[in-house]
Amino acid sequence: MLASLNARALVLSLVLLAVFLGLWEAASPKQNLSGELTEYELLMGGAEPKAAVPPPSAVIGKAWEELSNPFYDAGPNDKGIGIQIGYSLYRVLTGYFLAAALAIPIGFLIGMSPLMYKALDPFIQVLRPISPLAWMPLALFVIQDSQASAIFVIFICSIWPMLINTAFGVAGVRKDWVNVARTHELGALKTAWIVILPAAAPTILTGMRISIGIAWLVIVAAEMLVGGTGIGYYVWNEWNNLDLTSVVFSILMIGLVGMLLDTAFAYCARLVQYQE
Amino acid sequence: MSTPFLSVQNLTKRFQAPKGGEGLTVFENVNLGIKKGEFVCIIGHSGCGKSTILNILAGLDEPSDGAVIMNGKEVAGPSLDRGIVFQNYSLLPWLSALKNVTFAVQARYKSWSKKQVHDHSMKYLEMVGLAGGAELRKPSQLSGGMRQRVSIARAFAIQPELLLLDEPFGALDALTRGSIQDELIRIWSGSDQTVFMITHDVDEAILLADRILLMTNGPYARVAESVQVEIERPRERANIIHHPDYYDIRNHLVEFLATRSRELAGKQDGDEQAAPKTVRFGANAGAVISSETGSKSGARKRAVNSAD
Repeated sequence: MLASLNARALVLSLVLLAVFLGLWEAASPKQNLSGELTEYELLMGGAEPKAAVPPPSAVIGKAWEELSNPFYDAGPNDKGIGIQIGYSLYRVLTGYFLAAALAIPIGFLIGMSPLMYKALDPFIQVLRPISPLAWMPLALFVIQDSQASAIFVIFICSIWPMLINTAFGVAGVRKDWVNVARTHELGALKTAWIVILPAAAPTILTGMRISIGIAWLVIVAAEMLVGGTGIGYYVWNEWNNLDLTSVVFSILMIGLVGMLLDTAFAYCARLVQYQE
Repeated sequence: MSTPFLSVQNLTKRFQAPKGGEGLTVFENVNLGIKKGEFVCIIGHSGCGKSTILNILAGLDEPSDGAVIMNGKEVAGPSLDRGIVFQNYSLLPWLSALKNVTFAVQARYKSWSKKQVHDHSMKYLEMVGLAGGAELRKPSQLSGGMRQRVSIARAFAIQPELLLLDEPFGALDALTRGSIQDELIRIWSGSDQTVFMITHDVDEAILLADRILLMTNGPYARVAESVQVEIERPRERANIIHHPDYYDIRNHLVEFLATRSRELAGKQDGDEQAAPKTVRFGANAGAVISSETGSKSGARKRAVNSAD
Protein backbone atom coordinates (compact mmCIF):
# COMPACT_ATOMS: atom_id res chain seq x y z
CA MET A 1 0.00 0.00 0.00
CA LEU A 2 2.88 2.33 0.81
CA ALA A 3 4.68 1.59 -2.42
CA SER A 4 1.52 2.20 -4.34
CA LEU A 5 1.13 5.56 -2.60
CA ASN A 6 4.09 6.86 -4.57
CA ALA A 7 2.72 5.34 -7.75
CA ARG A 8 -0.69 6.88 -7.19
CA ALA A 9 0.85 10.26 -6.40
CA LEU A 10 2.81 10.07 -9.64
CA VAL A 11 -0.31 9.25 -11.63
CA LEU A 12 -2.17 12.12 -10.00
CA SER A 13 0.72 14.51 -10.74
CA LEU A 14 0.72 13.50 -14.38
CA VAL A 15 -3.05 13.92 -14.62
CA LEU A 16 -2.85 17.39 -13.09
CA LEU A 17 -0.03 18.30 -15.47
CA ALA A 18 -2.01 17.09 -18.47
CA VAL A 19 -5.13 18.99 -17.37
CA PHE A 20 -3.13 22.16 -16.76
CA LEU A 21 -1.31 21.97 -20.09
CA GLY A 22 -4.55 21.14 -21.89
CA LEU A 23 -6.37 24.14 -20.42
CA TRP A 24 -3.40 26.39 -21.19
CA GLU A 25 -3.24 25.15 -24.76
CA ALA A 26 -6.99 25.60 -25.21
CA ALA A 27 -6.95 29.07 -23.70
CA SER A 28 -4.20 30.32 -26.02
CA PRO A 29 -5.76 32.42 -28.78
CA LYS A 30 -5.43 30.81 -32.17
CA GLN A 31 -3.77 32.99 -34.75
CA ASN A 32 -6.36 33.91 -37.34
CA LEU A 33 -4.62 32.77 -40.52
CA SER A 34 -7.60 31.43 -42.41
CA GLY A 35 -9.81 33.49 -44.61
CA GLU A 36 -9.17 36.55 -46.61
CA LEU A 37 -8.23 39.73 -44.80
CA THR A 38 -9.82 42.95 -45.78
CA GLU A 39 -7.54 45.73 -46.84
CA TYR A 40 -8.38 47.54 -43.63
CA GLU A 41 -7.28 44.54 -41.57
CA LEU A 42 -4.04 44.29 -43.53
CA LEU A 43 -3.35 47.96 -42.92
CA MET A 44 -4.03 47.49 -39.20
CA GLY A 45 -1.41 44.73 -39.02
CA GLY A 46 -3.89 41.86 -39.04
CA ALA A 47 -1.40 39.65 -40.85
CA GLU A 48 1.08 40.02 -38.01
CA PRO A 49 0.72 37.35 -35.30
CA LYS A 50 -0.86 38.75 -32.18
CA ALA A 51 1.46 38.91 -29.17
CA ALA A 52 0.16 36.50 -26.60
CA VAL A 53 1.34 34.06 -23.97
CA PRO A 54 2.52 31.13 -26.06
CA PRO A 55 0.78 27.78 -25.78
CA PRO A 56 2.67 24.91 -24.13
CA SER A 57 3.31 23.28 -27.48
CA ALA A 58 5.34 26.31 -28.54
CA VAL A 59 7.26 26.29 -25.22
CA ILE A 60 8.06 22.60 -25.59
CA GLY A 61 9.25 23.21 -29.12
CA LYS A 62 11.44 26.06 -27.88
CA ALA A 63 12.79 23.92 -25.05
CA TRP A 64 13.69 21.17 -27.47
CA GLU A 65 15.48 23.62 -29.70
CA GLU A 66 17.40 25.30 -26.86
CA LEU A 67 18.26 22.15 -24.93
CA SER A 68 19.52 20.30 -28.00
CA ASN A 69 22.21 22.96 -28.34
CA PRO A 70 22.63 24.57 -24.93
CA PHE A 71 26.18 25.87 -25.23
CA TYR A 72 26.24 27.83 -28.48
CA ASP A 73 27.64 31.35 -28.40
CA ALA A 74 26.56 33.64 -31.24
CA GLY A 75 27.51 37.00 -29.79
CA PRO A 76 26.70 38.96 -26.63
CA ASN A 77 22.93 38.77 -27.01
CA ASP A 78 22.63 35.24 -28.30
CA LYS A 79 24.08 32.58 -26.06
CA GLY A 80 22.81 29.09 -25.31
CA ILE A 81 20.72 28.50 -22.19
CA GLY A 82 23.48 26.29 -20.75
CA ILE A 83 25.98 29.15 -20.91
CA GLN A 84 23.54 31.55 -19.28
CA ILE A 85 22.73 29.15 -16.46
CA GLY A 86 26.44 28.43 -16.10
CA TYR A 87 27.15 32.13 -15.51
CA SER A 88 24.36 32.35 -12.96
CA LEU A 89 25.53 29.25 -11.12
CA TYR A 90 29.09 30.52 -11.05
CA ARG A 91 27.97 33.78 -9.43
CA VAL A 92 25.62 32.09 -7.00
CA LEU A 93 28.11 29.48 -5.87
CA THR A 94 31.00 31.95 -5.57
CA GLY A 95 29.01 34.41 -3.48
CA TYR A 96 27.43 31.60 -1.54
CA PHE A 97 30.63 29.83 -0.54
CA LEU A 98 32.33 33.10 0.33
CA ALA A 99 29.38 33.76 2.63
CA ALA A 100 29.61 30.26 4.12
CA ALA A 101 33.34 30.69 4.76
CA LEU A 102 32.55 33.77 6.82
CA ALA A 103 29.15 32.91 8.30
CA ILE A 104 29.96 29.50 9.75
CA PRO A 105 33.04 30.54 11.79
CA ILE A 106 31.32 33.71 13.00
CA GLY A 107 28.19 31.73 13.78
CA PHE A 108 30.34 29.35 15.83
CA LEU A 109 31.80 32.28 17.73
CA ILE A 110 28.40 33.82 18.41
CA GLY A 111 26.94 30.48 19.40
CA MET A 112 29.72 29.68 21.86
CA SER A 113 30.15 33.11 23.40
CA PRO A 114 27.17 34.90 24.93
CA LEU A 115 29.28 38.07 24.95
CA MET A 116 29.82 37.96 21.19
CA TYR A 117 26.17 37.12 20.72
CA LYS A 118 25.04 40.17 22.61
CA ALA A 119 27.65 42.39 20.97
CA LEU A 120 26.92 41.36 17.39
CA ASP A 121 23.18 40.85 17.63
CA PRO A 122 22.20 44.53 16.97
CA PHE A 123 24.28 44.59 13.77
CA ILE A 124 22.75 41.37 12.54
CA GLN A 125 19.24 42.53 13.32
CA VAL A 126 19.73 45.76 11.36
CA LEU A 127 21.59 44.27 8.40
CA ARG A 128 19.47 41.16 7.98
CA PRO A 129 16.18 42.73 6.81
CA ILE A 130 17.88 44.83 4.10
CA SER A 131 16.87 43.67 0.65
CA PRO A 132 20.03 42.39 -0.99
CA LEU A 133 19.33 44.49 -4.10
CA ALA A 134 19.45 47.64 -1.99
CA TRP A 135 23.19 47.04 -1.71
CA MET A 136 23.58 47.06 -5.48
CA PRO A 137 24.26 50.78 -6.07
CA LEU A 138 26.75 50.91 -3.23
CA ALA A 139 28.41 47.72 -4.44
CA LEU A 140 28.63 49.03 -8.00
CA PHE A 141 30.23 52.23 -6.79
CA VAL A 142 32.70 50.63 -4.38
CA ILE A 143 33.62 47.55 -6.39
CA GLN A 144 33.40 49.25 -9.81
CA ASP A 145 32.63 45.95 -11.47
CA SER A 146 29.15 44.71 -12.27
CA GLN A 147 30.04 41.01 -12.16
CA ALA A 148 31.71 41.27 -8.77
CA SER A 149 28.79 43.38 -7.56
CA ALA A 150 26.36 40.61 -8.47
CA ILE A 151 28.53 38.15 -6.53
CA PHE A 152 28.57 40.55 -3.60
CA VAL A 153 24.77 40.75 -3.61
CA ILE A 154 24.60 36.95 -3.47
CA PHE A 155 27.16 36.98 -0.68
CA ILE A 156 25.20 39.46 1.41
CA CYS A 157 21.85 37.72 0.96
CA SER A 158 23.08 34.21 1.74
CA ILE A 159 25.15 35.08 4.79
CA TRP A 160 22.28 35.68 7.25
CA PRO A 161 20.43 32.37 7.33
CA MET A 162 23.75 30.52 7.62
CA LEU A 163 25.03 32.83 10.34
CA ILE A 164 21.88 32.68 12.41
CA ASN A 165 21.36 28.95 12.03
CA THR A 166 24.97 28.17 12.89
CA ALA A 167 24.80 30.32 16.01
CA PHE A 168 21.47 28.76 16.95
CA GLY A 169 22.73 25.22 16.36
CA VAL A 170 25.96 25.75 18.25
CA ALA A 171 24.27 27.43 21.20
CA GLY A 172 21.70 24.64 21.37
CA VAL A 173 24.12 21.72 21.60
CA ARG A 174 22.91 19.57 24.48
CA LYS A 175 24.72 20.25 27.72
CA ASP A 176 25.24 16.52 28.23
CA TRP A 177 27.37 16.33 25.11
CA VAL A 178 29.39 19.37 26.09
CA ASN A 179 29.91 17.72 29.47
CA VAL A 180 31.14 14.58 27.71
CA ALA A 181 33.78 16.75 26.06
CA ARG A 182 34.64 18.44 29.34
CA THR A 183 34.99 15.22 31.31
CA HIS A 184 37.27 13.82 28.62
CA GLU A 185 39.45 16.92 28.78
CA LEU A 186 39.01 17.75 25.11
CA GLY A 187 40.57 21.08 24.15
CA ALA A 188 38.54 23.87 22.58
CA LEU A 189 39.37 22.83 19.01
CA LYS A 190 38.72 19.15 19.63
CA THR A 191 35.47 19.95 21.39
CA ALA A 192 34.38 22.01 18.40
CA TRP A 193 35.41 19.28 15.97
CA ILE A 194 34.30 16.12 17.79
CA VAL A 195 31.21 17.34 19.61
CA ILE A 196 29.84 20.72 18.59
CA LEU A 197 30.21 20.60 14.83
CA PRO A 198 28.53 17.20 14.39
CA ALA A 199 25.87 18.12 16.93
CA ALA A 200 25.06 21.40 15.19
CA ALA A 201 25.58 20.12 11.64
CA PRO A 202 21.89 19.43 10.87
CA THR A 203 20.92 22.96 11.94
CA ILE A 204 23.84 24.47 10.01
CA LEU A 205 22.86 22.52 6.91
CA THR A 206 19.29 23.75 7.22
CA GLY A 207 20.64 27.30 7.21
CA MET A 208 22.78 26.52 4.17
CA ARG A 209 19.77 25.10 2.38
CA ILE A 210 17.68 28.19 3.08
CA SER A 211 20.57 30.36 1.91
CA ILE A 212 21.05 28.62 -1.42
CA GLY A 213 17.34 28.99 -2.08
CA ILE A 214 17.46 32.72 -1.38
CA ALA A 215 20.64 33.14 -3.43
CA TRP A 216 18.97 31.53 -6.43
CA LEU A 217 15.95 33.83 -6.02
CA VAL A 218 18.14 36.90 -5.82
CA ILE A 219 20.49 36.12 -8.71
CA VAL A 220 17.68 36.52 -11.27
CA ALA A 221 16.86 40.00 -10.06
CA ALA A 222 20.52 40.93 -9.72
CA GLU A 223 21.31 39.85 -13.26
CA MET A 224 18.34 41.76 -14.61
CA LEU A 225 20.03 44.83 -13.13
CA VAL A 226 23.66 44.24 -14.04
CA GLY A 227 22.98 42.67 -17.43
CA GLY A 228 25.45 41.02 -19.78
CA THR A 229 25.11 37.35 -18.97
CA GLY A 230 23.19 34.97 -16.79
CA ILE A 231 19.70 33.54 -16.65
CA GLY A 232 18.23 36.71 -15.15
CA TYR A 233 19.63 38.77 -17.99
CA TYR A 234 18.34 36.17 -20.43
CA VAL A 235 14.77 36.55 -19.13
CA TRP A 236 14.91 40.34 -19.39
CA ASN A 237 16.58 40.26 -22.79
CA GLU A 238 13.89 37.95 -24.21
CA TRP A 239 11.23 40.26 -22.75
CA ASN A 240 12.85 43.13 -24.61
CA ASN A 241 12.78 40.96 -27.73
CA LEU A 242 9.12 40.23 -26.99
CA ASP A 243 9.98 36.55 -27.27
CA LEU A 244 7.51 35.29 -24.67
CA THR A 245 8.15 31.67 -25.56
CA SER A 246 11.74 32.07 -24.42
CA VAL A 247 10.59 33.91 -21.31
CA VAL A 248 8.29 31.07 -20.30
CA PHE A 249 10.98 28.52 -21.13
CA SER A 250 13.60 30.34 -19.02
CA ILE A 251 11.17 30.68 -16.11
CA LEU A 252 10.79 26.90 -16.14
CA MET A 253 14.57 26.47 -16.31
CA ILE A 254 15.01 28.75 -13.26
CA GLY A 255 12.59 26.56 -11.35
CA LEU A 256 14.30 23.38 -12.46
CA VAL A 257 17.80 24.51 -11.48
CA GLY A 258 16.51 25.82 -8.15
CA MET A 259 14.97 22.45 -7.46
CA LEU A 260 18.23 20.65 -8.29
CA LEU A 261 20.20 22.93 -5.96
CA ASP A 262 17.74 22.31 -3.16
CA THR A 263 17.79 18.56 -3.74
CA ALA A 264 21.59 18.54 -3.56
CA PHE A 265 21.53 20.34 -0.22
CA ALA A 266 18.76 18.14 1.10
CA TYR A 267 20.97 15.17 0.28
CA CYS A 268 23.91 16.72 2.18
CA ALA A 269 21.62 17.43 5.12
CA ARG A 270 20.67 13.76 5.25
CA LEU A 271 24.35 12.81 5.43
CA VAL A 272 24.91 14.77 8.64
CA GLN A 273 21.54 13.97 10.19
CA TYR A 274 21.63 11.84 13.32
CA GLN A 275 18.96 10.27 15.43
CA GLU A 276 18.92 10.76 19.15
CA MET B 1 41.00 6.48 57.25
CA SER B 2 43.27 9.33 58.29
CA THR B 3 44.02 10.35 54.70
CA PRO B 4 41.40 8.73 52.52
CA PHE B 5 41.80 8.52 48.77
CA LEU B 6 38.88 10.87 48.33
CA SER B 7 37.83 13.32 50.96
CA VAL B 8 34.84 15.63 50.85
CA GLN B 9 35.09 18.42 53.38
CA ASN B 10 32.25 20.66 54.54
CA LEU B 11 30.73 20.65 51.09
CA THR B 12 27.89 23.14 50.77
CA LYS B 13 25.73 24.17 47.84
CA ARG B 14 23.59 27.27 47.95
CA PHE B 15 21.62 28.88 45.20
CA GLN B 16 21.49 32.65 45.13
CA ALA B 17 18.19 34.17 46.12
CA PRO B 18 16.09 35.33 43.20
CA LYS B 19 14.98 38.95 43.56
CA GLY B 20 12.74 39.27 46.58
CA GLY B 21 12.92 35.55 47.35
CA GLU B 22 15.01 33.49 49.69
CA GLY B 23 18.21 31.68 48.81
CA LEU B 24 18.19 27.91 48.80
CA THR B 25 20.73 25.82 50.64
CA VAL B 26 20.56 22.41 49.04
CA PHE B 27 23.04 20.70 51.33
CA GLU B 28 25.40 21.86 53.98
CA ASN B 29 28.57 20.56 55.64
CA VAL B 30 28.68 17.27 53.81
CA ASN B 31 31.73 15.33 55.02
CA LEU B 32 32.80 11.96 53.75
CA GLY B 33 35.81 9.94 52.84
CA ILE B 34 36.19 7.13 50.35
CA LYS B 35 38.98 4.60 50.39
CA LYS B 36 40.83 3.43 47.33
CA GLY B 37 38.98 0.59 45.67
CA GLU B 38 35.82 1.13 47.69
CA PHE B 39 32.34 0.89 46.18
CA VAL B 40 30.12 3.51 47.77
CA CYS B 41 26.45 4.08 47.05
CA ILE B 42 24.51 7.15 48.08
CA ILE B 43 20.76 7.05 48.65
CA GLY B 44 18.35 9.87 49.32
CA HIS B 45 15.16 11.40 48.09
CA SER B 46 14.99 13.56 44.99
CA GLY B 47 16.10 17.09 45.61
CA CYS B 48 18.55 16.30 48.39
CA GLY B 49 21.45 17.17 46.15
CA LYS B 50 22.93 13.75 45.38
CA SER B 51 23.44 14.61 41.73
CA THR B 52 24.92 17.96 42.66
CA ILE B 53 27.44 16.22 44.92
CA LEU B 54 28.32 13.85 42.10
CA ASN B 55 28.70 16.72 39.65
CA ILE B 56 30.96 18.51 42.10
CA LEU B 57 33.05 15.35 42.47
CA ALA B 58 33.21 15.22 38.68
CA GLY B 59 34.26 18.85 38.50
CA LEU B 60 31.24 19.81 36.39
CA ASP B 61 29.71 21.88 39.17
CA GLU B 62 31.25 24.06 41.86
CA PRO B 63 30.44 24.00 45.54
CA SER B 64 29.46 27.19 47.33
CA ASP B 65 31.70 26.17 50.16
CA GLY B 66 33.98 23.30 51.11
CA ALA B 67 36.32 21.23 49.02
CA VAL B 68 36.85 17.87 47.41
CA ILE B 69 40.34 16.42 47.77
CA MET B 70 41.32 13.47 45.63
CA ASN B 71 44.78 11.95 45.98
CA GLY B 72 45.90 14.97 47.97
CA LYS B 73 44.84 17.42 45.27
CA GLU B 74 41.78 19.61 45.22
CA VAL B 75 39.29 18.84 42.48
CA ALA B 76 39.00 21.82 40.16
CA GLY B 77 37.27 21.20 36.86
CA PRO B 78 36.58 17.95 35.06
CA SER B 79 39.36 15.46 34.47
CA LEU B 80 39.99 12.10 32.87
CA ASP B 81 40.87 10.86 36.36
CA ARG B 82 37.16 10.80 37.07
CA GLY B 83 34.92 8.85 34.71
CA ILE B 84 31.20 9.41 34.71
CA VAL B 85 28.22 7.33 33.66
CA PHE B 86 25.04 9.37 33.46
CA GLN B 87 21.49 8.09 33.67
CA ASN B 88 20.80 9.29 30.12
CA TYR B 89 23.94 7.51 28.81
CA SER B 90 25.41 10.71 27.28
CA LEU B 91 26.61 8.95 24.17
CA LEU B 92 27.28 11.03 21.07
CA PRO B 93 24.47 9.94 18.74
CA TRP B 94 26.39 10.53 15.50
CA LEU B 95 29.18 8.13 16.48
CA SER B 96 29.01 4.35 16.52
CA ALA B 97 29.23 2.58 19.86
CA LEU B 98 32.87 1.77 19.14
CA LYS B 99 33.76 5.34 18.20
CA ASN B 100 32.05 6.58 21.35
CA VAL B 101 34.63 4.57 23.26
CA THR B 102 37.66 5.13 21.03
CA PHE B 103 37.45 8.91 21.14
CA ALA B 104 37.57 8.72 24.93
CA VAL B 105 40.45 6.23 24.94
CA GLN B 106 42.29 8.41 22.44
CA ALA B 107 41.81 11.40 24.72
CA ARG B 108 43.11 9.42 27.69
CA TYR B 109 46.10 7.79 26.02
CA LYS B 110 47.25 10.32 23.47
CA SER B 111 50.41 8.47 22.50
CA TRP B 112 48.65 5.22 21.62
CA SER B 113 48.45 4.01 18.03
CA LYS B 114 45.10 3.57 16.32
CA LYS B 115 45.36 -0.18 16.71
CA GLN B 116 46.10 0.04 20.43
CA VAL B 117 43.13 2.35 20.93
CA HIS B 118 40.88 0.05 18.93
CA ASP B 119 41.96 -3.11 20.73
CA HIS B 120 41.67 -1.51 24.14
CA SER B 121 38.18 -0.19 23.33
CA MET B 122 37.04 -3.54 21.96
CA LYS B 123 38.30 -5.27 25.09
CA TYR B 124 35.99 -3.17 27.25
CA LEU B 125 33.06 -3.40 24.83
CA GLU B 126 33.40 -7.18 24.88
CA MET B 127 33.49 -7.06 28.67
CA VAL B 128 30.01 -5.53 28.69
CA GLY B 129 28.81 -7.98 26.05
CA LEU B 130 28.85 -5.69 23.03
CA ALA B 131 30.70 -7.27 20.17
CA GLY B 132 30.08 -9.15 16.98
CA GLY B 133 28.77 -6.19 15.01
CA ALA B 134 26.74 -4.40 17.66
CA GLU B 135 29.69 -2.10 18.34
CA LEU B 136 29.35 -0.61 14.86
CA ARG B 137 25.78 0.53 15.41
CA LYS B 138 24.75 4.03 16.33
CA PRO B 139 23.28 4.57 19.79
CA SER B 140 19.81 5.11 18.29
CA GLN B 141 20.00 1.58 16.92
CA LEU B 142 20.75 0.12 20.35
CA SER B 143 18.35 -0.61 23.20
CA GLY B 144 18.53 1.39 26.41
CA GLY B 145 20.40 -1.40 28.13
CA MET B 146 22.93 -1.68 25.33
CA ARG B 147 23.50 2.08 25.37
CA GLN B 148 24.19 2.03 29.08
CA ARG B 149 26.63 -0.83 28.49
CA VAL B 150 28.50 1.32 26.00
CA SER B 151 28.55 4.15 28.49
CA ILE B 152 29.91 1.84 31.19
CA ALA B 153 32.51 0.43 28.80
CA ARG B 154 33.63 3.97 27.97
CA ALA B 155 33.94 4.90 31.63
CA PHE B 156 35.95 1.80 32.51
CA ALA B 157 38.08 2.00 29.36
CA ILE B 158 39.62 5.31 30.35
CA GLN B 159 40.60 3.65 33.64
CA PRO B 160 39.79 6.61 35.83
CA GLU B 161 40.87 6.73 39.45
CA LEU B 162 37.31 7.41 40.49
CA LEU B 163 34.22 6.20 38.70
CA LEU B 164 31.05 8.23 39.21
CA LEU B 165 27.72 6.60 38.39
CA ASP B 166 24.63 8.81 38.40
CA GLU B 167 21.66 6.45 38.64
CA PRO B 168 23.06 4.43 35.78
CA PHE B 169 20.22 1.91 35.77
CA GLY B 170 17.37 4.29 36.55
CA ALA B 171 15.93 4.20 33.06
CA LEU B 172 16.21 0.46 32.53
CA ASP B 173 13.71 -2.31 33.09
CA ALA B 174 14.29 -4.69 35.99
CA LEU B 175 15.64 -7.61 33.95
CA THR B 176 18.13 -5.52 32.02
CA ARG B 177 19.12 -3.74 35.18
CA GLY B 178 19.87 -7.03 36.85
CA SER B 179 22.13 -8.32 34.13
CA ILE B 180 24.05 -5.04 33.83
CA GLN B 181 24.46 -4.90 37.61
CA ASP B 182 26.04 -8.36 37.41
CA GLU B 183 28.38 -7.16 34.70
CA LEU B 184 29.26 -4.02 36.59
CA ILE B 185 30.15 -5.98 39.70
CA ARG B 186 32.18 -8.47 37.65
CA ILE B 187 34.21 -5.77 35.93
CA TRP B 188 34.64 -3.90 39.17
CA SER B 189 35.85 -7.03 40.99
CA GLY B 190 38.62 -7.47 38.46
CA SER B 191 39.88 -3.93 38.99
CA ASP B 192 40.86 -1.73 41.90
CA GLN B 193 38.37 0.86 40.72
CA THR B 194 36.90 3.24 43.27
CA VAL B 195 33.21 3.80 42.61
CA PHE B 196 30.75 6.41 43.83
CA MET B 197 27.22 5.66 42.73
CA ILE B 198 23.84 7.32 43.12
CA THR B 199 20.87 5.02 43.22
CA HIS B 200 17.24 4.93 44.28
CA ASP B 201 17.19 1.19 44.47
CA VAL B 202 17.83 -0.21 47.93
CA ASP B 203 18.47 -3.76 46.72
CA GLU B 204 20.86 -2.53 44.10
CA ALA B 205 22.82 -0.63 46.74
CA ILE B 206 23.12 -3.67 49.00
CA LEU B 207 24.16 -5.90 46.12
CA LEU B 208 26.87 -3.55 44.88
CA ALA B 209 28.17 -1.43 47.71
CA ASP B 210 30.76 -1.75 50.43
CA ARG B 211 29.17 1.21 52.11
CA ILE B 212 25.88 3.04 51.67
CA LEU B 213 25.57 6.72 52.49
CA LEU B 214 22.14 7.95 53.52
CA MET B 215 21.13 11.51 52.89
CA THR B 216 18.41 13.42 54.68
CA ASN B 217 15.86 15.39 52.71
CA GLY B 218 16.70 18.84 51.43
CA PRO B 219 16.96 21.72 51.90
CA TYR B 220 19.91 21.67 54.30
CA ALA B 221 20.42 18.04 53.41
CA ARG B 222 23.39 16.16 54.82
CA VAL B 223 24.82 12.70 54.86
CA ALA B 224 23.40 11.36 58.09
CA GLU B 225 24.58 7.78 58.15
CA SER B 226 27.09 5.50 56.56
CA VAL B 227 25.89 1.91 56.50
CA GLN B 228 28.60 -0.74 56.17
CA VAL B 229 27.60 -3.68 54.00
CA GLU B 230 29.86 -6.47 55.15
CA ILE B 231 28.27 -9.26 53.16
CA GLU B 232 31.16 -11.22 51.70
CA ARG B 233 31.85 -11.11 47.98
CA PRO B 234 31.33 -12.37 45.37
CA ARG B 235 27.68 -11.54 45.86
CA GLU B 236 24.94 -12.94 43.71
CA ARG B 237 21.46 -11.63 43.30
CA ALA B 238 19.93 -15.03 43.99
CA ASN B 239 21.92 -15.80 47.12
CA ILE B 240 22.36 -12.45 48.75
CA ILE B 241 18.75 -12.32 49.94
CA HIS B 242 19.39 -15.38 52.10
CA HIS B 243 22.24 -13.73 53.92
CA PRO B 244 21.33 -13.18 57.58
CA ASP B 245 22.21 -9.46 57.40
CA TYR B 246 20.38 -8.76 54.18
CA TYR B 247 16.96 -7.87 55.46
CA ASP B 248 18.33 -6.05 58.48
CA ILE B 249 20.25 -3.76 56.18
CA ARG B 250 17.37 -3.50 53.78
CA ASN B 251 14.85 -2.66 56.49
CA HIS B 252 17.21 -0.10 57.90
CA LEU B 253 17.56 1.60 54.53
CA VAL B 254 13.85 1.49 53.74
CA GLU B 255 12.97 2.84 57.13
CA PHE B 256 15.49 5.63 56.73
CA LEU B 257 13.99 6.61 53.39
CA ALA B 258 10.43 6.29 54.61
CA THR B 259 10.63 8.19 57.86
CA ARG B 260 13.97 9.23 59.24
CA SER B 261 15.18 11.04 56.14
CA ARG B 262 12.30 13.39 56.80
CA GLU B 263 12.68 13.52 60.58
CA LEU B 264 16.38 14.33 60.39
CA ALA B 265 15.85 16.91 57.69
CA GLY B 266 16.25 20.59 58.21
CA LYS B 267 18.90 22.97 59.38
CA GLN B 268 21.21 21.62 62.03
CA ASP B 269 21.86 23.36 65.32
CA GLY B 270 25.39 24.61 65.55
CA ASP B 271 27.87 23.78 62.87
CA GLU B 272 28.19 20.10 63.33
CA GLN B 273 30.95 19.01 61.05
CA ALA B 274 31.37 15.43 62.04
CA ALA B 275 31.47 12.59 59.59
CA PRO B 276 28.23 10.62 59.24
CA LYS B 277 27.49 7.99 61.86
CA THR B 278 28.73 4.58 60.93
CA VAL B 279 26.16 1.79 61.12
CA ARG B 280 27.15 -1.85 61.09
CA PHE B 281 25.19 -5.07 61.03
CA GLY B 282 25.81 -8.71 61.72
CA ALA B 283 29.04 -9.87 63.32
CA ASN B 284 30.40 -6.35 63.62
CA ALA B 285 27.23 -4.76 64.92
CA GLY B 286 29.05 -3.26 67.90
CA ALA B 287 28.68 0.32 66.80
CA VAL B 288 25.01 0.47 66.11
CA ILE B 289 23.13 3.69 65.77
CA SER B 290 22.84 6.17 68.53
CA SER B 291 19.78 6.29 70.74
CA GLU B 292 17.95 9.08 68.98
CA THR B 293 16.48 6.64 66.52
CA GLY B 294 16.16 3.76 68.93
CA SER B 295 12.46 3.87 69.65
CA LYS B 296 11.40 3.53 66.04
CA SER B 297 13.64 0.67 65.10
CA GLY B 298 13.99 -1.10 68.39
CA ALA B 299 12.66 -4.47 67.28
CA ARG B 300 14.89 -4.60 64.27
CA LYS B 301 17.95 -3.58 66.18
CA ARG B 302 17.42 -6.21 68.79
CA ALA B 303 17.56 -8.72 66.04
CA VAL B 304 20.72 -7.12 64.79
CA ASN B 305 22.38 -7.27 68.18
CA SER B 306 21.36 -10.83 68.86
CA ALA B 307 22.78 -11.93 65.58
CA ASP B 308 26.18 -11.79 67.20
